[in-house]
Amino acid sequence: MKLSMLQQSYMNRRSASFRASSAPLDSSTDSTIKSPAAIFWVLLHGLCCLISLVLGFRFSRLVFFFIFSTSTTTTLYMTTPFPPLAKTSTNINDLPLEIPVINRTLSSSSRVVVGRHGIRIRPWPHPRPSEVMKAHQIIESVQREQRIQSGVKSPMTVIVVTPTYVRTFQTLHLTGVMHSLMLVPYHVVWIVVEAGGATNETASIIAKSGIKTLHIGFAQKMPNSWEGRHRLETKMRLRALRAVREKMMDGIVMFADDSNMHSMELFDEIQNVKWFGAVSVGILAHSGGGGGGGESSSAVAEKDVEPNLSNPAMPVQGPACNASNKLVGWHTFNSLPYEGKSAVYIDDRATVLPRNLEWAGFVLNSRLVWKEARDKPEWVKDFDLVAENIESPLALLKDPSMVEPLGSCGRQVLLWWLRVEARADSKFPPG
Amino acid sequence: MRVCLWVFVVVIVFGFGDGKHAYQRLRTERISGSAGDVLEDDPVGRLKVYVYELPSKYNKKLLQKDPRCLTHMFAAEIFMHRFLLSSPKVLITSLLCPMTSEPASTIRKRKPSSGAFFPLLQRATLVQTFGQRNHVCLNEGSITIPPYAPPQKMQARQIPLDTPRSIFVYFRGLFYDVNNDPEGGYYARGARAAVWENFKNNPLFDISTDHPATYYEDMQRAIFCLCPLGWAPWSPRLVEAVVFGCIPVIIADDIVLPFADAIPWEEIGVFVAEEDVPDLDTILTSIPSEVILRKQRLLANPSMKRAMLFPQPAQPGDAFHQILNGLARKLPHDRTAYLKPGQKVLNWTTGPVGDLKPW
Repeated sequence: MKLSMLQQSYMNRRSASFRASSAPLDSSTDSTIKSPAAIFWVLLHGLCCLISLVLGFRFSRLVFFFIFSTSTTTTLYMTTPFPPLAKTSTNINDLPLEIPVINRTLSSSSRVVVGRHGIRIRPWPHPRPSEVMKAHQIIESVQREQRIQSGVKSPMTVIVVTPTYVRTFQTLHLTGVMHSLMLVPYHVVWIVVEAGGATNETASIIAKSGIKTLHIGFAQKMPNSWEGRHRLETKMRLRALRAVREKMMDGIVMFADDSNMHSMELFDEIQNVKWFGAVSVGILAHSGGGGGGGESSSAVAEKDVEPNLSNPAMPVQGPACNASNKLVGWHTFNSLPYEGKSAVYIDDRATVLPRNLEWAGFVLNSRLVWKEARDKPEWVKDFDLVAENIESPLALLKDPSMVEPLGSCGRQVLLWWLRVEARADSKFPPG
Repeated sequence: MRVCLWVFVVVIVFGFGDGKHAYQRLRTERISGSAGDVLEDDPVGRLKVYVYELPSKYNKKLLQKDPRCLTHMFAAEIFMHRFLLSSPKVLITSLLCPMTSEPASTIRKRKPSSGAFFPLLQRATLVQTFGQRNHVCLNEGSITIPPYAPPQKMQARQIPLDTPRSIFVYFRGLFYDVNNDPEGGYYARGARAAVWENFKNNPLFDISTDHPATYYEDMQRAIFCLCPLGWAPWSPRLVEAVVFGCIPVIIADDIVLPFADAIPWEEIGVFVAEEDVPDLDTILTSIPSEVILRKQRLLANPSMKRAMLFPQPAQPGDAFHQILNGLARKLPHDRTAYLKPGQKVLNWTTGPVGDLKPW
């Protein structure tokens, strides 16, 4: 029988390894003489074989260890009595024998045993929602610390000035700006100046932001032409600056027109401004009816115009620097190709052109417009003496060469200018 | 896995002075272990190391046969040897050790028992890759060193420090060693398999057996890096985690970490017992964020990162330095290391009786 052969070979191996030093090897030589003790051993071995066949490991060695050895040998090379619970879903439990306990007391204060270990799996190996929340809070705190470490040392409040008025696309544009501002990792104060007086519609939109807002109504209604709109927007921005001056708000003032798009890096970059800075603005001069106008990014499919060699792929307005990173001039928008073809009225389908230098490309320290500030430089005009029809905030300065170029000297485009308005007869879907 | 042992016969001369460099950086914390603030000690002037020549078949020829010896994780010995030969602090003598029949120096042994060198080992200080407590190889006075990790590759793959750490737990490596342990349960004492089975569905745990090209970059974007045991309790993951600022989560019972007296590993890493692996997510999420931020600050300390690396050529504060510092801290030897008066030779037959027989 195979079983008896197995047992025989098993016994031979056992005897060779365990009895070499002690008893003479008489069990192999006198295999013909079956003494009761030998039969007993054979039966015991058979029983152990069967048990280990069932359980899958040779614990008979363990039994012999306990029967024959009395000295406290190190248990490091012992097999463990853990049954192989490879893929069961219950937590590991000790064998019903007390062997593990005896093991521990015999070992030299080591928890480590060599051999087969069970794989511990808990009853429901899935993430728990409370722990996921805690993990996300940990991640957030680590990232905040990283930002503090590597970013700005003492961040200033960002004061955002946005002129707006009620129109079809107001919700669209204003929500876009609002979402950008909600993501800014610094303290934000949002000054919304509304033409035609403060309305509930605008108030309800900006109330969803959760940031500190200042809603200022401007008595004049928004005119229908782009020229008039630019002029009124200038007046509204100056009105906001007056509010900054009166309330002595501390921070960095930036002009976020409601239809512009701002990148998050912009807000990090403007923290570097000392007094008056300028960033590069990408101009997305979009033409309403297709054809003509500047192309925005390569995502725009309509390239049926002849390649406009004078304009780059996207015209950029901003500071121009020389090789030593000093401000030498300004890149402005080249409106010559659009002569006579640009939009006049707000609901025109022709291209809307920006001004030469948009307000959005400038940031200033709020102390420049204060009545008295401690280190206010002398190249700044007093705010009360500034006229109402200025073209760009450069008119606030006596010396425009003191402007700090930001965004690696204007090479990075940090925001994009766009003017898109609905046609006169369109209505924004309610609700 | 084979255990690589080093045997230095160190004849120590009393030295003076300890050049401590004060090195302050923002937002990092000074590391001081149980031996005090010794990470930035300078071993110059405190000890002399004598290196004895060994027939090249033990070192150079081996290297020629297998250049992989230079890059994989066991390469620390080779670099140590080179460092000693080129370091200005070390006095090179090529002597034959007169007490044995063959030169005794850098010996790589496969078994812990050492035959004729037993009395040498008893007096020697072993410098070995960090290992396991209560292991035959590990002696109370040994110096544990980190495994080798290629410093140039790691410097080359650094990403900007302000990249936000968005991976919570990161691990890449085997969970089941199907070649050597097909039934499971032996490899890593079941700990790695437990990690896989419990957390493969957990999106917070970015664990897999992939070999991504962005392994180093990913480690820099992770908050915790698991360093579970494999066949051996140590792995180069610890070094990589420390260099990349990822908090090591060490899952290896009774492990002895490198330079344990100079570096307070308890404050830098998280230790998880192998039996607690199913609750690893609970353990990690219940660590308060101040503790985590502090650990990251400690890890950001550049002397910590330097101490784990074996750069070629050697730089101040690197792992070679720390080894010599560790040796210097052992000075002076207590009297049993020296020959007693009247004892002219060491007794080469001490040790277990079984060792006297040939292999």
